[in-house]
Amino acid sequence: MSDNIVEVKDLRVHFTLKSSLAQDAAGRRKKTVKAVDGISFEIKQGEILSLVGESGSGKTTTGKAILGLVPFEAEKMLFRGERINLKEKEYKRKFRQSAQMIYQDPYQSLNPRNQVIDIVTEPLVVNKLVESEEERLELGKEALERAGLTPGEDFFFRYPYELSGGQRQRVVIASSMIMGPSFVVADEPVSMLDASIRTGILKLMMDLRRENDLAYLFITHDLSLAWLISDRIAIMYLGKIMEMGDSEIIISSGKHPYTKALTDIMPKPGIKKEGPRKVLQGETPDPTDVIEGCKFCSRCPIKEEICSKEEPPMKEVEPGHFVACHKV
Amino acid sequence: MSSAKSMMRKRKLKEFAGSLRRNKMAMTGTIILTIFILVAIFGPIVVPFSTLDFGDAEDMMQPPSSEHLLGTDDMGRDVLANLMSGARISLLCGFLATIISMVIGTIIGIASGYFGKAIDNVLMRFTDFFLVIPWLPLMMVLAAILGTSIWNIIFVIGITSWAGTARVVRAQTLSVKERQFVERTVSIGAGNIHIMIRHVLPNVFPLIFANTVLIAAVAITSETTLSFLGLGDTTRASWGMMLHYAFESGAASSGAWWYYLPPGLCVVLVVLSFALMGYAFDEIMNPKLKER
Amino acid sequence: MKLLEVKNLRTYFTISQGTVKAVDDVSFDLDHGEALGIVGESGCGKTTSALSIAKLLPKEGKIVGGEILLEGKDLAKLSDEEIQKHRWNDVSICFQGAMNALNPVMKIGEQIAEAIVLHHKSSEKDAMKKAAELLELVEIPGERINNYPHEFSGGMKQRVMIAMALACDPKIIIGDEPTTALDVMVQAQILNLLERLRTEFDMGFILITHDLSILAETCDKIAVMYAGRIVEKGSSEDIFQRTGHPYTKKLIKCFPDIKGNKRMMEGIPGAPPNMLEIPPGCPFHPRCEYAEEVCRRSMPDAIERDRGHFVACHRWEVMRSER
Repeated sequence: MSDNIVEVKDLRVHFTLKSSLAQDAAGRRKKTVKAVDGISFEIKQGEILSLVGESGSGKTTTGKAILGLVPFEAEKMLFRGERINLKEKEYKRKFRQSAQMIYQDPYQSLNPRNQVIDIVTEPLVVNKLVESEEERLELGKEALERAGLTPGEDFFFRYPYELSGGQRQRVVIASSMIMGPSFVVADEPVSMLDASIRTGILKLMMDLRRENDLAYLFITHDLSLAWLISDRIAIMYLGKIMEMGDSEIIISSGKHPYTKALTDIMPKPGIKKEGPRKVLQGETPDPTDVIEGCKFCSRCPIKEEICSKEEPPMKEVEPGHFVACHKV
Repeated sequence: MSSAKSMMRKRKLKEFAGSLRRNKMAMTGTIILTIFILVAIFGPIVVPFSTLDFGDAEDMMQPPSSEHLLGTDDMGRDVLANLMSGARISLLCGFLATIISMVIGTIIGIASGYFGKAIDNVLMRFTDFFLVIPWLPLMMVLAAILGTSIWNIIFVIGITSWAGTARVVRAQTLSVKERQFVERTVSIGAGNIHIMIRHVLPNVFPLIFANTVLIAAVAITSETTLSFLGLGDTTRASWGMMLHYAFESGAASSGAWWYYLPPGLCVVLVVLSFALMGYAFDEIMNPKLKER
Repeated sequence: MKLLEVKNLRTYFTISQGTVKAVDDVSFDLDHGEALGIVGESGCGKTTSALSIAKLLPKEGKIVGGEILLEGKDLAKLSDEEIQKHRWNDVSICFQGAMNALNPVMKIGEQIAEAIVLHHKSSEKDAMKKAAELLELVEIPGERINNYPHEFSGGMKQRVMIAMALACDPKIIIGDEPTTALDVMVQAQILNLLERLRTEFDMGFILITHDLSILAETCDKIAVMYAGRIVEKGSSEDIFQRTGHPYTKKLIKCFPDIKGNKRMMEGIPGAPPNMLEIPPGCPFHPRCEYAEEVCRRSMPDAIERDRGHFVACHRWEVMRSER
């Protein structure tokens, strides 16, 4: 068995949009959004892989697919070398305990009518992991304090609306970590928070990783943040991985034209730029459009004829550095 | 620790009471209803006449006097005493029928909204059926088949008035279901029942509550209507039965206003108080409607 | 004469719990064609400053002191009627998520033209012509005036909002987090556009944001706000290379330094103060590593340390020696 905690091969998530009555009458076909369209990657035990992309690139959907929160198709979808089979009750129970999710918006991901203690210990309750009320409160207190909310019992009976954004996100983390997971999907966990609070949350996540040998799938639109915290970065565009490799390499010597465009516009604090930013022209195509060839070809500055005809395969240009581009 | 919890509860209750007090509609409704409830409980004990005190011929259909404050009916009974014991029956009927309707409506609404697909389709067609059938004839038929006991009337009203609640609860469930905390709860391994009870129900409850209060008003009108049409429980003097007897004895044409006016007014007042409270609750608990 | 001079502006909010000094003794200025960035955490008063200049404060908010001089005319003392004219004609504001404010059932062109007709009293035909010109100006083909908002992407809707802001040839455009909800590439496109328009029309531009990292490359001058006050202002070099205030220093360290070492950002201990109970003395002292007795007692004045570089800190000497 390998030391991969997650292994994904050719993952596809397609959504069919409901067509309106008028569209049906006009005989138009149902539209399909290929949110994730055949991606492969693996995450090692204790590793942080960042998925970077703009909205609609399928990065969140990928994370949810691994946790079985959206229907998907895949050639391979392994967790600790085993097929993720949520139809089987006993496997599902174990899987849910070891794979968790942290959401972007701590205002949306907490039930406004539940108290903090109930939110934090809910995973224990639904999985029947506590025997007594004392034990529940004790574990809840521990989890809160590990997440930096001390003293824990001060937070027990508060409601989410009584907490600040940073505190709420800590509650979310405390709840996600209470069962001691080994893999966590973190979906933009700090993008809703003020800069001065972000760091605390990220530090907490890194500390928990060190203590528990956690692996993170870190989903973000912020390339500089991905560079800072992750071991490897995968750049996504319209449901495809464009480039994947060591975070340092992606930032300093990315090969794919999309990666280059992203690193070009990365703000470098304190440095005054010369002339306008080097931006890509045009807009991201509509996700329902059918694109022949490379998904990026409509905006690619170096495209050639082949790009709009054939989809480029993923090539390993150097060990561990993958690029999907004809021109590399 | 439990004291902290109970303090939390007390604080929330206080907040609720506070916004209730500031809301004039809610206040008026609550006061009227409280008076009626108190009268229903203590009235029959205080008034010196029983509903079974049949009078002599000269006592029949007497206008209000110092002895009989609201006069007497065609059997020589004290109207005030009848009115008070009628309050018991009518309110009891209203409350119980409402609870039945609330329970059915909530279960069907949540199940339908939460599970969606085929279950939603089946349950909603079933609900539509109850929503569109003319409820008065249905009630009359059911009451006639089941017999004229007060319990049957409660049952009949209960099972014919839940459809609206189910619709409202389903709509709200659909929106709660899409909230992120529900998905988060799925991801920690929670089952459907847990999510429905712990996450969906608390978030649709304010709506259920506001809706319920309005149903109570409908339930009381329905009871009155059924009784007036002669499908009521003849052994218990509800307001509807009083109106029924008043009509039969020709009180309206003979000008015995003290016989038909008081029960009519009582029905109107109680229904009004429920309606006022319902709208006010909706406003208090639905932050979107709250004026800033 | 400066295009805009804000002197000792105070804007207070009166709410049931007390008075919030959202903007307290704030001064800055802006020239034609210049870009000023105002940065700070949520609730620091940056948006309120903007709303004060645009005279768009909610009814709880009042300008209680100071002057807002637009080409020498004090906006703080305008009558209601004059304010109507002043909005749009002098100062336009473009909000975060403004694109969601477009009416979904009205054509884009009609919505832009509406503003023009209202303020210029021109005919509808002329207004539609102008609307098409404005769209071209924000790099959208003019013929798309006949499209509805849902046919536009988020970035294009934000461009439409900028076109609307330009409708009455304002002297100053304020962008309140104008790109926050947008993707990085779209954000860069919009910032480029705003820069081009600013130089083309010689407008003043105020960018309000919490994202310090985009300010350096966008703005000539930067003002850092904390708890309703400007704690430091100066050129973008002053702020980043000659940082004078401990808060600014901390704030800079909250962003990853992509050209430096891969080091975890530092963050700022504690939380911004409750605006109803701002701590005495320097409001930042509870979170400041340099704080001393004097910081707890008295509010430091903003002192010009270098040319145009103002710092409000008692411990500036120490800060400088560390540089």
